[in-house]
Amino acid sequence: MDSWHEFWTMGGYARFVWPAYGVAFVVLLGSGWAAHRGLRRALARVASRVRGGRR
Amino acid sequence: MFIELLRRECLLAWRRPGEALTPLVFFLVTSMLFPLGLTPDPDLLRPLAPGLIWVIAFLAGMLGVQGLFRADYDDGSLEQLLLSPRPLTLAILAKALGHWLVTGLPIVCGAALVAEMLFVPPHVLAALVAGLALGTPILTLLGTLVSALTVGLRQAAVLAPVLILPLSVPVLIFGAHSALLAMHGQSTARAFVVLAGMLILALSLLPAAAALGLRIGHEA
Amino acid sequence: MAGRATPWLIGLTLVLMAAGLVGGLWLAPPDYQMGDGFRIIYIHVPSALLSMVVFAVMAVASAVGLIWRIRMAHAVTAAAAPIGAAFTFIALVTGALWGKPMWGTYWVWDARLTSELILLFLYFGYLALVHAFPDRRTGDQAGAILAIVGAVDLPIIHFSVQWWTTLHQGATLKLSGTPMPVSMLWPLLVMMLAFLCYFAWLLMVRLRAEILRREYRARWVEKI
Repeated sequence: MDSWHEFWTMGGYARFVWPAYGVAFVVLLGSGWAAHRGLRRALARVASRVRGGRR
Repeated sequence: MFIELLRRECLLAWRRPGEALTPLVFFLVTSMLFPLGLTPDPDLLRPLAPGLIWVIAFLAGMLGVQGLFRADYDDGSLEQLLLSPRPLTLAILAKALGHWLVTGLPIVCGAALVAEMLFVPPHVLAALVAGLALGTPILTLLGTLVSALTVGLRQAAVLAPVLILPLSVPVLIFGAHSALLAMHGQSTARAFVVLAGMLILALSLLPAAAALGLRIGHEA
Repeated sequence: MAGRATPWLIGLTLVLMAAGLVGGLWLAPPDYQMGDGFRIIYIHVPSALLSMVVFAVMAVASAVGLIWRIRMAHAVTAAAAPIGAAFTFIALVTGALWGKPMWGTYWVWDARLTSELILLFLYFGYLALVHAFPDRRTGDQAGAILAIVGAVDLPIIHFSVQWWTTLHQGATLKLSGTPMPVSMLWPLLVMMLAFLCYFAWLLMVRLRAEILRREYRARWVEKI
């Protein structure tokens, strides 16, 4: 790669390269987000039980 | 005990022939749809026929096998089987064999009839029937495992095909293509050896896995 | 426990991912046959690799869980499955987007593509089965059997699909078989490592959630 222009056009393959990377990172981030949400929920559930138990 | 269970399976099917014959009828009815939906032209149907027959035989076989343990589960005889001191693996093998004799074998025979109606030439017919005779037991065994895993579940009817089909892809490939090889006048020996090998593998592993699956479901 | 390793994994993932992306998208020279289109390899191959590694991890964890009756192992299998399905999905989509400019179609019934598709269905089957059980422990064990049977079946599936495609078409769809120059290869290896670290990171997160959900009533949970 010599210039930003070349980088963005990907030698004419931009139509395929960038969506591929886009989909990949959307799915990767999505699964990461889902995993963290699951953990947060599990923690919240335990926390509410502990609080409820002390009352 | 093996023989007893086998006889029980056949006897049950004999008493309620409607249930046992459903897969065969499904097979015959569905295969009638292809000439109607595609074309009645023999030259166009002939090359497709082996693959079509294999796919329908697959679906028909799955239709019956997914409820293999259902009746036993409902009336409690599954419980007895689990509690009996005899090896569960053998009992499952007997049930699977009985099921194949009652539903699989008629489909293998029915396939000969359907093949005739779809203009399959005689030398291909032999390969087709032999392939089905080797392949449908594997499918029954896979179905036995899956129905053991899903026996207590409400969604079993939807879940079973989703689980069986990906696992049984190799059987379909080697089975359907042994018939196509025969049609092109090529040697089918290799495909049959692989099918037989898969049958042996399935016979040795799947009943034990199904036994484990039933015990797991029972413990809950 | 797992919480201690996570910051390291996060850091490693981000650094490797950044290095791999810069190397793959900017530094590596275009392929002499495929031009810049080959750059999809840097996400396609790592995710395809991971899709298989994850299934292997699941099968091993399942076997451990069934043989030694370790509940933790079943939690690993359950935590790994959704991540593996995501990787398989990425591998399929990027493969399709790569196939379009190279082969002219988004999909071909090529051996590797077909095996990958079946793998995706196996993941779906596992997830559907495990979630169908009202009781977690039963679902775990039923899923473990399926994972093991699936892992035994996968090489057979791959072999059969390969046999099938060689019947239908020659090796016309082979990728350029020339060995890769180093400048192209290192970003690929880095990206593989990055994906592996990302998997380990997510596995830790999901595993903690799974354990918290399972050991909901345990005493020690309260300390966290």
